Amino acid sequence: MSSILDKLGNNKNFVLAALCLGVAAILPLFFDPLSSITDNFITAGAYVVMALGLNIVVGFAGLLDLGYVAFYAIGAYTMGWFASDHFSSVNGEKGIHVLAGEFAGSLPGIHLNFLMILVVAVIIVGIAGMLIGLPTLRLRGDYIAIVTLAFGEIIYRFAVNGDEITFAEGYKLTNGRQAIAPVDTIDLPGFAPFDSAFNLRPYFWLVLVLVALVLLVNFRLRDSRLGRAWIAMREDEVAAASMGVPLVKTKLLAYATGAAFGGMSGAFLASYQASVQADQFKFGFSIFLLAMIILGGLGSIWGVVLGAVLLSFINTYFIPEVFNSVPRSLGLDFDLTVLNFGIFGFLILLVMVLRPQGLLPERRRAMELTEGIGAGDAIGSEPETSVDAGRQP
Amino acid sequence: MSVDTATPRPSGRLSDTVREAASKYGLIAVLLALPVYLAITDLASDGSLTDLGNSLVLGVSNGAIFALIALGYTLVYGIIELINFAHGDVFMIGSFVAFGLWGNFGLTETTGAGGLVAGLLVAMLVAMLVCGTLNVMIERVAYKPLRSAPRLAPLITAIGFSFILQNVGVLWLGSSPISVPDLIDQSHVVLDIGGVKIRNGDLLAVAVTAPLVFVLTSFISRSRLGKAMRATAQDPDAARLMGINVNTTISVTFLLGGMLAGAAGLTNLLYQTSVWYFQGFTAGLIAFTAAVMGGIGNLKGAVLGGLIIGCIQQISDNRIGAEWTTAVVFAYLVLIMVFRPQGLIGEATREAG
Repeated sequence: MSSILDKLGNNKNFVLAALCLGVAAILPLFFDPLSSITDNFITAGAYVVMALGLNIVVGFAGLLDLGYVAFYAIGAYTMGWFASDHFSSVNGEKGIHVLAGEFAGSLPGIHLNFLMILVVAVIIVGIAGMLIGLPTLRLRGDYIAIVTLAFGEIIYRFAVNGDEITFAEGYKLTNGRQAIAPVDTIDLPGFAPFDSAFNLRPYFWLVLVLVALVLLVNFRLRDSRLGRAWIAMREDEVAAASMGVPLVKTKLLAYATGAAFGGMSGAFLASYQASVQADQFKFGFSIFLLAMIILGGLGSIWGVVLGAVLLSFINTYFIPEVFNSVPRSLGLDFDLTVLNFGIFGFLILLVMVLRPQGLLPERRRAMELTEGIGAGDAIGSEPETSVDAGRQP
Repeated sequence: MSVDTATPRPSGRLSDTVREAASKYGLIAVLLALPVYLAITDLASDGSLTDLGNSLVLGVSNGAIFALIALGYTLVYGIIELINFAHGDVFMIGSFVAFGLWGNFGLTETTGAGGLVAGLLVAMLVAMLVCGTLNVMIERVAYKPLRSAPRLAPLITAIGFSFILQNVGVLWLGSSPISVPDLIDQSHVVLDIGGVKIRNGDLLAVAVTAPLVFVLTSFISRSRLGKAMRATAQDPDAARLMGINVNTTISVTFLLGGMLAGAAGLTNLLYQTSVWYFQGFTAGLIAFTAAVMGGIGNLKGAVLGGLIIGCIQQISDNRIGAEWTTAVVFAYLVLIMVFRPQGLIGEATREAG
């Protein structure tokens, strides 16, 4: 198996991705169109997109971002603002419509086509990523983590209290805990309108397309000049700078790219769930995403995909449906769902102490992480040739 | 970790001195902007500063509690340069332990003064010991194995531990805030100076914090272990070569930080008369902001920062709205991090660049 993969050289990852996505694409055909399994897979797909975005910032560039949920929020609100009746009195209560589809085209408020908003969300969130990244440029290490955390909390506060902020003709910034709803269903040109009440499969295929796109961008970026600059910066900022890596530009691009994926996924989730509610954007969600990339392996694209799918299923399926009653059957008076963030916290702790390189480690990052913890020998003894098997010089 | 006010770095160049002064006094100006603005509007509208005065009294007492928590952050950061993210949740556990002990002791609003003082003192000592031990245990489990790993690794495990402790809290007392008996009649007004009220709770917060801070500073500046702590903070390797047991010293630091958090937990319980599993997360981040504001690694700075952030928090609660307070505090945090990461009286650290 490995020899076949070796022969594929550069294309190994693309072949593997095509295989995985192909298998995933036919999966929902085995379940009922409204199956909760399909629902779980859609959520997992959206989380994979976000986790891959966070992986660019944390895994590639080594900038610990604890406020990633902010980008999810901004992406979701972009979808909420431009595809719902939130701004209901705009244009004399007739609304603004651009390719919004038959039903949404007759509603008040701003209704743009899903794909347009997706692009807008990516741009807005990319800019937001840079703006949040700006103040951290002079800082290093854990200070960056705290500043991004602060921004995440500030954005969350704006989401929760946004119904107090009004502008123009009494438009609210957000609807706070009452959610902006309903968000328009997705209407892609050339396809029948999506309808989550009858068939979830189109949503799944759409999320697969997004995952494929993000995977492609991730692999291409990682091996690009920019990706190598990120990794160099992560390993040693001073050395990277003296080798001619422009730190400011490289960092800002990492923030922007990583954030853009979060915004994309947030926009998708807003239309899939048909609502944008402020309490989705708590600090815990940032840690949930961080747990995914740590579990899978910081900096390892396949590891992050695995970690995201695994934790997403633990969150949406295993904890609430399979093991939820375990504490009760042991005579304890609580449901396991109460503990889900504790479980993620425990997972982070366990992985970081016992296997900091994650489940599917990226070799270079594994060497950095295990250096000096005693596991370094095991890695150092691997044959040198395997270090860059996937990449030709 | 310096006890004394950090002396400015000697520099011959005038521009450096000017820049240093600009950033320091700029920060002070930013800190004063909000209260001064409110004072002016108050004076303009009804000619009285009572409202602001009350906010400041509440701010100082609340800030005294934040100062105790902030000391824990600053002690740990000073010695191993780690943001002990789980520290706020250790403080929360302190409140929970104290609350549990009240139940065991049978303390209620009607308990006599003697019994109350004895019961509370014992509860405080136990809470301090439990939190101190918990903090040492966290260090052993989550930070010690990662001491030579990249700096981000222990920060990540700290976050993991924070979530674990929060869930311990959820299992212990449920997921919504619980109000507890108001043992010291904390809103009883002791002193009324022209409408500015000083309440039992305010006196208590200062009465707990001041002696603890005094004991801590003298411990660190006078005792042998304190000397070892300062040496380890300066250079762990050199300290080891001088025969200092670095591991023990680090454990003692965590013990001290945890004990202060435990005392803060009991004080907060009496002061706020409520307890919640999430209180540690918010208080922890505010206290961390306080530590950074004062200059992380600097004990006096942590106390000063705690008092300032307490006032900012109260003013924001009263004037801007309690639902915005965390955003206001974090906005200050970002401003400080960007423009003066070494804080008010701290020295430049490697992190702050």
